[in-house]
Amino acid sequence: MAFLKGFVDFWYDFLIGDDWKIAAGVTAVLAVGAAIVVAGGYNSHLLTALLAVAIAATFTLTLLIDVRPRKE
Amino acid sequence: MGSSAVWSLGIATFAAAVVEMVEALTIVLAMGMTRSWRSTLWGVAAALVALTAFTGVAGYALATWLPRAALQLVIGGLLLVFGLQWLRKAILRSAGRKSMHDEAAIFAEQEAEARSASAQVRLGLDWFSFVVSFKGVFLEGVEVVFIVITFGLNAGDVPVAIAGAVAAVVVVLALAVVIRRPLTQVPENTLKYGVGLLLTTFGTFWAVEGLGIFSHSGDSLTWVGGDLVILALLGGWFVLSRVLVATLRVPTAASGAAPLETSEV
Repeated sequence: MAFLKGFVDFWYDFLIGDDWKIAAGVTAVLAVGAAIVVAGGYNSHLLTALLAVAIAATFTLTLLIDVRPRKE
Repeated sequence: MGSSAVWSLGIATFAAAVVEMVEALTIVLAMGMTRSWRSTLWGVAAALVALTAFTGVAGYALATWLPRAALQLVIGGLLLVFGLQWLRKAILRSAGRKSMHDEAAIFAEQEAEARSASAQVRLGLDWFSFVVSFKGVFLEGVEVVFIVITFGLNAGDVPVAIAGAVAAVVVVLALAVVIRRPLTQVPENTLKYGVGLLLTTFGTFWAVEGLGIFSHSGDSLTWVGGDLVILALLGGWFVLSRVLVATLRVPTAASGAAPLETSEV
């Protein structure tokens, strides 16, 4: 059991890291991108640029959440 | 692959490996100097064997089973998450919201733990120093292996990626043999910032390209400007990180904290 917990902890730490919001944000943006690609009718150059901007915006948002003032 | 891409690949894996090697070295030195060099070096050797096996299995599986676009999506997505984690830490450190990585403090902590741990002998080895050095080298090494495999496969040049990592191992080991103490002078925080930018840049490029696996053709998506857009992405992430550092910087007077060196990043 201790081995299993250690195994799960290792992969969680390796793949998710200190801030789960980053992994969740990246997954969400890529999922939206995948949905658009599946639907078809997109412009590849425009879509790739927009997704890059979306990833940057998501990262900025996760940092702003981390540093927001907290009520005592 | 163009020469600039080859250099980017080599530099990225070299810098990533230096950072991870320095961290592993601190653990190994603490165990060796306070407990048992023999058991510590056995732990290092066992970790290197495990890493070699992991590299072979993971590299073969990724290269054999996944179509190119899927490989880009999976690997790019993971690189992106890794890179953004490193970039997050670098930004928070530069903004004074997170303490700087301090190899000397980590060494002192490891040394204290090693001195207080009970003596347990298994297989003729001091088990504490064997296990701690094994875990330290394996865990830090897995990240390097992952970066080498992902960069190498996606860039289509695994040997250059391996060469970058091996060069880092040689340099750090040579320095360790000469200095014989933790490498506190290595600008780890700056290196992590640089590697974070590179991982994030390539992660963005490949993950988004890889979404083409969901298209009717299954081919990778294309960026405007092709591979040259990587430079634009790198510039974009750099500018964003500097803007975030400036925006999130803790005012010294309000925090009461000593000002941090802005040259760190």
